Amino acid sequence: MNRKKLQKLTDSLTKNCKHFSKFEVKCLINLFYNLVGEVTERQGVIIGLDRNAFRNILHMTFGMTDDMIMDRVFRGFDKDNDGCISVTEWVYGLSVFLRGTLEEKMKYCFEVFDLNGDSFISKEEMFHMLKNSLLKQPSEEDPDEGIKDLVEITLKKMDHDHDGKLSFADYEQAVREETLLLEAFGPCLPDPKVTACVHRTETKTPYRSSSPGLPGLASDQMSHIHLQRTPSKRERQPRNRAGPYL
Amino acid sequence: METGGTTVKSEEADKNGEPLLYLSVPQIKIRSFGQLSRMLYIAKNMKLKEAQACIEANRNPVAKILGLDYNIISEKIGNSFVSNILDKITKDDDSESEIKMKIALQLKQLDLHLLNHSLKHISLEIRLNPGTVKNDIELLKQFSGKGKQTVLESIEYTSDYEFSNGCRAPPWRQIKGEICYVLVKPHDAETLCVTCSKEGVFLNGGKTDDEGQINYERKGEIYKDLVTLLKEKSAIFSENMSKQEIKFSEQPQKDQPNEAPKEEVAITHKASVTSRKSTQEKNRINLGRSQLTKRLEPSLNWRTSVSSKESRNTLRDTQVEKHGGKLEKSRSSVSPGRAQLIRKSVEKIEEIISDSSSESEEDEEQPDHRQEANADLPSEYWQIQKLVKYLKGGNQTATVIALCSMKDFNLAQETCQLAIRDVGGLEVLINLLETDEVKCKIGSLKILKEISHNPQIRRNIVDLGGLPVMVNILDSPHKSLKCLAAETIANVAKFRRARRVVRRHGGITKLVALLDCGKHSGEPAQSSLYETRDVEVARCGALALWSCSKSYANKEAIRKAGGIPLLARLLKTSHENMLIPVVGTLQECASEENYRAAIKAERIIENLVKNLNSENEQLQEHCAMAIYQCAEDEETRDLVRLHGGLKPLASLLNNTDNKERLAAVTGAIWKCSISKENVTKFREYKAIETLVGLLTDQPEEVLVNVVGALGECCQEHENRVIIRRCGGIQPLVNLLVGINQALLVNVTKAVGACAVELESMMIIDRLDGVRLLWSLLKNPHPDVKASAAWALCPCIQNAKDAGEMVRSFVGGLELVVNLLKSDNKEVLASVCAVITNIAKDQENLAVITDHGVVPLLSKLANTNNDKLRRHLAETISRCCMWGRNRVAFGEHKAVAPLVRYLKSNDTNVHRATAQALYQLSEDADNCVTMHENGAVKLLLDMVGSPDEELQEAAAGCISNIRRLALAIEKARYS
Repeated sequence: MNRKKLQKLTDSLTKNCKHFSKFEVKCLINLFYNLVGEVTERQGVIIGLDRNAFRNILHMTFGMTDDMIMDRVFRGFDKDNDGCISVTEWVYGLSVFLRGTLEEKMKYCFEVFDLNGDSFISKEEMFHMLKNSLLKQPSEEDPDEGIKDLVEITLKKMDHDHDGKLSFADYEQAVREETLLLEAFGPCLPDPKVTACVHRTETKTPYRSSSPGLPGLASDQMSHIHLQRTPSKRERQPRNRAGPYL
Repeated sequence: METGGTTVKSEEADKNGEPLLYLSVPQIKIRSFGQLSRMLYIAKNMKLKEAQACIEANRNPVAKILGLDYNIISEKIGNSFVSNILDKITKDDDSESEIKMKIALQLKQLDLHLLNHSLKHISLEIRLNPGTVKNDIELLKQFSGKGKQTVLESIEYTSDYEFSNGCRAPPWRQIKGEICYVLVKPHDAETLCVTCSKEGVFLNGGKTDDEGQINYERKGEIYKDLVTLLKEKSAIFSENMSKQEIKFSEQPQKDQPNEAPKEEVAITHKASVTSRKSTQEKNRINLGRSQLTKRLEPSLNWRTSVSSKESRNTLRDTQVEKHGGKLEKSRSSVSPGRAQLIRKSVEKIEEIISDSSSESEEDEEQPDHRQEANADLPSEYWQIQKLVKYLKGGNQTATVIALCSMKDFNLAQETCQLAIRDVGGLEVLINLLETDEVKCKIGSLKILKEISHNPQIRRNIVDLGGLPVMVNILDSPHKSLKCLAAETIANVAKFRRARRVVRRHGGITKLVALLDCGKHSGEPAQSSLYETRDVEVARCGALALWSCSKSYANKEAIRKAGGIPLLARLLKTSHENMLIPVVGTLQECASEENYRAAIKAERIIENLVKNLNSENEQLQEHCAMAIYQCAEDEETRDLVRLHGGLKPLASLLNNTDNKERLAAVTGAIWKCSISKENVTKFREYKAIETLVGLLTDQPEEVLVNVVGALGECCQEHENRVIIRRCGGIQPLVNLLVGINQALLVNVTKAVGACAVELESMMIIDRLDGVRLLWSLLKNPHPDVKASAAWALCPCIQNAKDAGEMVRSFVGGLELVVNLLKSDNKEVLASVCAVITNIAKDQENLAVITDHGVVPLLSKLANTNNDKLRRHLAETISRCCMWGRNRVAFGEHKAVAPLVRYLKSNDTNVHRATAQALYQLSEDADNCVTMHENGAVKLLLDMVGSPDEELQEAAAGCISNIRRLALAIEKARYS
């Protein structure tokens, strides 16, 4: 990709994305292309991260483990549903993922949890998401009983209009009352420790460094990403740096 | 079934051909369990009767079912019983005996089950019965006798005759539920005559003189049983009892097996369903026994068993409920287990050193008082139990859901708090704090924060090691996490053991670090610079420090961690929520000298004064309290005035609804009024009139301060007039009859100050105030004694016919003279001053001389205390005026020490001493002693003093000595 085009892309993305600075956007774009690899740009071929590559990032960088949730996160990023994440989707997605406001995060999380996309989280969906959340006790006759009960508890807590399923309004109200319920059905946001790291690095380091990297991630975490792929010339640079990015 | 005439036989038959069921009116024989149960099923409503009849007809079912061998075996003790049978099986390898054994085991199990089941029912109904009481007394008898190891000296029934129902009380008393009467002689008390009744055990009127009749009237509280009563009445009993406990609990255990088989037999009769009544009777013996066992267990479990029993009892009826309340109270003083006691004493030793007086009442270890009536657990209990199960077995998603749901319960309610604890929730919650999951930690802390309002939960949290974990969380980068941890610590650290744990784990330093919220924003001059989150963190930190600052060592730790400048900085903010804990901490800490100095240096007073004008009553209270603590220091008092703090204080006096605040405000006024300038200001603000108005209908804490303030104000003439005009003397004199030590000290001071005024003195005299003051000389507290004595001085000075008045107090003079035997310097000085005034009346002087005032005064002469020296010298010079007292002082060697007083630095001492020496020098021997002790040179110096009285006395003394010398010379040469 030529420099001019890159510049243009950076500018347009920065304009639409309020959580990242221009420099950060640039870094993210660079990172994106590093992750995707040197694919020659051809007409009709979409450049982007496919499901597996993306899941790999989620797992290695953000410590996510739940397959289903990771799939849902991929769907959340992949706005146009074409099975791979384009550079725009990548930047927009990360903006919510890392720096989103509560509103944005609520919307994102609700989409993740709404497995069938009918804008309700039904009992079945809850059950599906919570089914691995309890230690199976061999003594119990029905191993699913605990889960069912848990679903009931959740509904009691969150279903304000008592229609037996969660609408976004229900969910929003519950989360506003108790922020802990944001990720009620499974972790779909980066671990708070990582986010804390983002805040810290941001406040401490004046933002005038020149190395590309994922905004707000310490270099050791970054190296996970790099290690996934054969290092290219451009990638070697950040690994030699000792300090935090940004 | 085969029916034939009057008989019915079953088709089934056993191997000998006998039918399994054989009915021939009026008898029915059944030979298998299957038929039996079918028969009982048919009986329906008559089931119980049938079963009873069946059991009555078969006195020994085990033998009948299993054969005679088993009957013998079953009498033996549990374990060997089983092994015996096993032996048998291995020996003859016979399938029949194996089946039999299985049946035997099952019967045994059934029997156990029945026993447990019926116990539950019975224990609801039972209280004391003759069996229990008898067991108790028999057991105590075994452990009583002479010698120190025994629990009692003796325990006896009053009557040897036992009725068939086990009671020993006469029938007309039995109607009232009384069982028997016991005479108990503990080691350390009089013989107690105790009534054991179904309601409980209590002291009666004792044996009356005529014919050993008993006065049945109840004289004391009702206790739940004999042991509890004795524990309450006799310290040695409870002490020795706890030693015996282990033995006791072992013994019944040995007994049990012997008894068990008997019951086993009894209950195995009831093959399937039993009549409740008969079981109940059989079980009573066992229950009595097991109750006893439980009661004597030394562990904490014991307490639970007792309390559960008790709460069940309280269900019975209202009357008993009332007693139940009493019982619970009495138990609370006895029950804490020994382990707890030991721990407490260990703690005490440690804490005596490290804790200051500001510890609150709440610090006392409170015993558990939970209700444990299984019958009526609320539904919350089960729901919470379920949630705790999910907490234990869930991943973080499930945990968060469970935590959020738990938070929806009313956690302020004790039932919920204790439910969480009882199902092991506390362990899990604390455990969660040690994980890496921020969300779980937040959720867990949110719950802990709520439930830690309960004192018992606080203790449990500390016992489970929750505090160190929370202290560690204070380092977390998460602000909300820090806040929650600090808030929870604030709740938990309400008792001293917890505060110590916080300190030991470095919590104080971390909490102080939380206060430093302006770290990133440079100069925190303006509150707008603060980020709300940071303010919240600092607020929570201050809250926790406030709780912690009640221990002396923690105050030190806060200071060392640099907390004072940070608190001072926070004080400049305008967040009320923040100011309250900050001022609260300062107020707590200001009890220490170091802090007061630092508070002065940090210019905190200014802000305290500013916040006095706040709208928030609590804030005002704490500010006033802090000023009260700090105003011990003169400079601080001036600062309060300079910053305009006196006016708000005076105006706050007008609002008397909030007593805590009123107490703090009056306290601040009291301390501030120690400075004269402040008093003038207060007069300007008409505070004195208001204070007088507060002398009635106020709680003691307020009164102490009000009277203290008035006492200070009274030092000035104008104010004394104001107080008299406002009618303040009457309420002051009325307060002289109180018992509060601090109040009495202040009241006597104020009354004394008023007595300086002649007109006021007349009022005091009319109100009999002098007599009241005089009786306070008998008060056990030296401070009160001294203060009363000081107050008496102006009274005697200014009263009309003082001599007559003093003589009118019967035994008054003797009382005063005897106070010279006190070892408190202040008391001695004040009493000397009183005696000086008394001795102005010749007649009284004669009386006190007869009471031996001279040797007592002489004995005091060797003192270094200048105040005492001065008053002592004055008294001596006064007492010289009577009879041969001058000579007597010389004889009691009071003169030489007096001469040494002249070397003191205090001119008051000089003056008084010179006068005393002048009086003493009228006697020749005293002159010799003075001369020998080098008095002349010292007195010569005194002659040059600007003080005329001193000059005169010194010169007089010298002239007396000189005259004696001249006379001697004259005698020698003539």
